Amino acid sequence: MAQLTYRNAVARGIAQEMRRDERVVLIGEDVAGAGGVFKTTEGLLDEFGPRRVVDTPISEQAILGAAMGAAMTGLRPVAEIMFADFFAVCWDIVANQIAKTRYMTNGQVTVPLVIKSGNGGSLRFGAQHSQSVENWAMAVPGLKVVTPATPRDVVGLMAAAVRSDDPVLFFEHKGLYAMKSEVPDGEIVDELGKAVIRRAGTDATILSLGLTVGRALDAAAQLASSGIEAEVIDVRSLVPLDIRTILASLNKTGRLFTVEENPRLLGWGAEIASIVADEGFWDLDGPVQRITTPYIPLPAADSLEDLVIPSADLVAATVTKALRS
Amino acid sequence: MRYPLSEHDYGAHPAVLPPDDPTRHDGDAVPLPVRLDLYRKMQEMRLFEKRAYDLFMRQLVKGTSHLSLGMEAIAAGFGAALRADDLTFATYRGHAHTLARGVPMTPVLAELLGRSNGLMGGKGGSMHLTSVEHGVLGSYAIIGAHLTIANGAAWSAQYRGSGQVTVCFFGDGTTNIGAFHEALNYAAVFQLPVVFVCENNLYMEYTPIADITAVPRPAADRSSAYGLDPVAIDGNDADEVYLTATTAVQRARAGGGPSLIEAVTYRHGGHSRADPGKYRPADEVEAWKRYDPITVYRGRLQRLGIDQASMDRIDKEVAAEVDRATEEAIAGDLPSPATALTELWADGGSSWHN
Repeated sequence: MAQLTYRNAVARGIAQEMRRDERVVLIGEDVAGAGGVFKTTEGLLDEFGPRRVVDTPISEQAILGAAMGAAMTGLRPVAEIMFADFFAVCWDIVANQIAKTRYMTNGQVTVPLVIKSGNGGSLRFGAQHSQSVENWAMAVPGLKVVTPATPRDVVGLMAAAVRSDDPVLFFEHKGLYAMKSEVPDGEIVDELGKAVIRRAGTDATILSLGLTVGRALDAAAQLASSGIEAEVIDVRSLVPLDIRTILASLNKTGRLFTVEENPRLLGWGAEIASIVADEGFWDLDGPVQRITTPYIPLPAADSLEDLVIPSADLVAATVTKALRS
Repeated sequence: MRYPLSEHDYGAHPAVLPPDDPTRHDGDAVPLPVRLDLYRKMQEMRLFEKRAYDLFMRQLVKGTSHLSLGMEAIAAGFGAALRADDLTFATYRGHAHTLARGVPMTPVLAELLGRSNGLMGGKGGSMHLTSVEHGVLGSYAIIGAHLTIANGAAWSAQYRGSGQVTVCFFGDGTTNIGAFHEALNYAAVFQLPVVFVCENNLYMEYTPIADITAVPRPAADRSSAYGLDPVAIDGNDADEVYLTATTAVQRARAGGGPSLIEAVTYRHGGHSRADPGKYRPADEVEAWKRYDPITVYRGRLQRLGIDQASMDRIDKEVAAEVDRATEEAIAGDLPSPATALTELWADGGSSWHN
């Protein structure tokens, strides 16, 4: 057991899979010599050499096209899109090509690749380097979508993503890169589509993802001091979605809150709220409440960014108000 | 600012005429069996697509289609130059390129008809023909994307040491989209075993390529930016295509890196089913129809001593094959409704939650 940062866990997860499988290769801008602009791929060039860890030009379409073509023909590439915002310049390759090709070819082609990307806000990078774009990916059939919230999960979910025969968008939260916690020694492999209950409770279910997991846990601690026991679920995997864990929790608590970093419209929590309306309605003791960033691009100034991304205080206040009203 | 349509009326631009000497390549070193095969392949593409067009007119084929009528020499010439395990990427105008790799007509036609015996069970359609077992790694319908994907297949072949070469076909309009330039640079940087083939049929959909491109030769004049030799060939002469393809493919296989080839050709019809192609000067259309790749090749074979009867026999055999494929395709069942929800994921299903 060792303390590991979230950023170092990324390299550890990739290294674990590269050691195991010669077909796993890594490409992206500055991922090799520089070890990644966020230092998430440090050490991989030294261990695996320039044939398997490759610096590319600033050509996001070329990067993802190369990953796709290689995945179609026997490799299992991990490609980095430096900031998730940059998906906008290569979305054709993601949404039209990678996601659809297996279906269109009636299963002739599989596309086993991972696209890792620095996602999310809280670093004061402004509107074009801070977005949480999981819901872009969720809207396209054919993409698996995961967001780890802890260093341990970074390793386990990266392994699951690399071993998946389907394309996986692996959203690393930039605001968590410096987070440090215990990671067990040895191989760690998770399963896609499994949520984790981070804190058990009986009064309310709080769904969280990535950065908001810690904020939801902080909120739950605040709530506990005023006698409200909240259950905090780290959703981890949006596609596939572990709706059973969510519905079981709701069955126990009777109230559901989502804490989403994405702007309000069609965030991941909206889909879950919709399923709950279908399948969990009679378990609800009150309305599902979504706590999200408002319908705005993210502002750069720290005071403004802190104001709009859901905080622990906002979560605690929202839950308290809902349960006490 | 320059506005092309203030310099000439729409459709009244200067005609671009084909070469005037169809005998130039009579003496080229192409073995006669290869030549007969090229002739047969071109006829297969021609008669297949004419039938596809007829079936559209009978409303048996739905949606849209993009035909290669008049452009067959390129797909045929490259097809003949490839090893069976080489990989090809085509566009939405990909019927000919699919047949060029030896994919049988019936599943291709059945796919156009949306039948269960279609190449992809009706889930891809005309614009996405794919047959992995024939090395046809797909037909792509968003301009430019597949150049980048072809790079990946080439990278994989290089990494695996398989010796496979990847060939990627696209149109002249593609040379003006970003993905083209990203892909060319990427292929050149990593010296990938890939051959990019620009089928320059002089029209980007409904607009002359010359009106909206900064250089006269849309692909060849861009090659120097990527350290590649400029190569522009007569895309209506199957021998010139075949020899150029052989050289480029051998070079790629030997580790010599990528090539960019501009093959100048002409489509007999419009861009797609909806387009009668009326924006082209009449003398240009007439000249290119006379310089039809099959007419050119038939004349050559005749000069080389193949009698008309032998070629007529090939034509008849191909026509019978098209008839048989038509019957088999039309006789195919509609796809089972359950298949609409299969093969999204590698587990065969489309489930997104537990």
